[in-house]
Amino acid sequence: MSTVRIPPVLRSETGGAREVEADGATLRELIENLTGRMPALGARIYGEGELHSFVNVYVDGEDVRLRDGLDTRLDDASTVILLPAMAGGRSHA
Amino acid sequence: MGGRVDIVYPSMPTYRELLEQVKTEIAEVDARTARAIDGAAWIDVREDDEWQQGHIPGATHVPRGYLESRIEDAVPDKASPVVVYCAAGARSAFAAKTLTELGYTNVVSLHGGFTDWKRNGNEIKLPRTLSPERRTRYSRHILIPEVGEEGQLKLLDASVLLIGAGGLGSPASLYLAAAGVGRIGIIDADIVDETNLQRQIVHSLDTLGTPKVDSAKATLERLNPDVEVVGYRERLTSENIDRILDEGWDIIVDGADNFPTRYLVNDASVWRGIPVVHGSIYRFEGQATVFKPHEGPCYRCLFPEPPPPELAPSCSEGGVLGVLPGIIGSLQANEAIKLAAGIGEPLVGRLLLFDALYTEFTEVKIDRNPNCPVCGEHPTITGYIDYVEFCAR
Repeated sequence: MSTVRIPPVLRSETGGAREVEADGATLRELIENLTGRMPALGARIYGEGELHSFVNVYVDGEDVRLRDGLDTRLDDASTVILLPAMAGGRSHA
Repeated sequence: MGGRVDIVYPSMPTYRELLEQVKTEIAEVDARTARAIDGAAWIDVREDDEWQQGHIPGATHVPRGYLESRIEDAVPDKASPVVVYCAAGARSAFAAKTLTELGYTNVVSLHGGFTDWKRNGNEIKLPRTLSPERRTRYSRHILIPEVGEEGQLKLLDASVLLIGAGGLGSPASLYLAAAGVGRIGIIDADIVDETNLQRQIVHSLDTLGTPKVDSAKATLERLNPDVEVVGYRERLTSENIDRILDEGWDIIVDGADNFPTRYLVNDASVWRGIPVVHGSIYRFEGQATVFKPHEGPCYRCLFPEPPPPELAPSCSEGGVLGVLPGIIGSLQANEAIKLAAGIGEPLVGRLLLFDALYTEFTEVKIDRNPNCPVCGEHPTITGYIDYVEFCAR
């Protein structure tokens, strides 16, 4: 089980959860596991077998694009951070 | 009985006699001759306080008392020409003799010294120092060895452009102005309204209904009259970005609230080599990093293109904890000040994530993307792109 950190912009897709656990020996397996359980979250980050280009994924603090992308190996101690682009600054409320 | 023995002391020369004697042993030249010596090292042997009040441009300050110990660092080649000067030509005469004794073969003393040099209208360099008022105002900066008077002068010389005078721009602009950043530009087309005051601390009840740039300018100028505030009451677009950036900004602090502006700022900054201090916020979470063109990643290395509208987080329904932009905007001010003063280790190649609800900072490594469409090896984007605004619903 890896720990997946959910950024606030995606928490409505996880019922407000800040972290979720997911299984997978590779990032692809983990994402597919997550997508199966939480299709709305999956749609925000993943489609047609690829991560969306506007979503970054970090495994243990490192961008997976610098590792093996979706084939990046995970272990039980891995922390996965999902990071979609966020524009807010002046933030019109 | 023994005869009387007379001890005869030779008569010791007076200062004046000694000086005259020394002047016969060295070469003394006037300003015109000295200036004509090719490649001469100019050595100012006066005391610190005299140097502080002005000196000959390009000269090296080696006080007479340190001449023997420091001259070899200042002029390693003993065959190279040296012009020594002091206030009126006396100390430099002795210094020239000392240098000759140390093996320097091509030394002259400037006749009449700095006094005549200045009187005859030759160019002088006045070292920049802080006025007593500024020394007091910035005393807590000056006390830090890493900043000091030199760092403070750099801040006073710096020009920082803020994108937005909102949640992030408010604290960032206040701290930059307080720090004495000499020129602060602010781009914002909005008017101050009641919902802003929960977090936009550069504005106040007094400025409700007025343009944010005017409101911010008034606050910042009341805080620090050293700061020139330039307001741009307009929305940043591909039409006006070059005009604004042509006005000479060293650093951009990006607190924009929408993707089109973020990409516009990024692309322009890469092409112009201007570092961007990035901050963004949503509800309880903030992010900060520094995009330093060609040294670290740019925004497009991180996110090559904006998300499609249906997958973009909705800004209007987002909301934000008021203090969060205070924290992230202050981090941005910190990065901008470090860049301007040339100190520390900026947040280049590192993205800092802050979770206000759990008070947790996380750092992830971000790298340049060799295939980046803007700063990569073969850029495919070479002109501004006007993305459709989709986030101000």
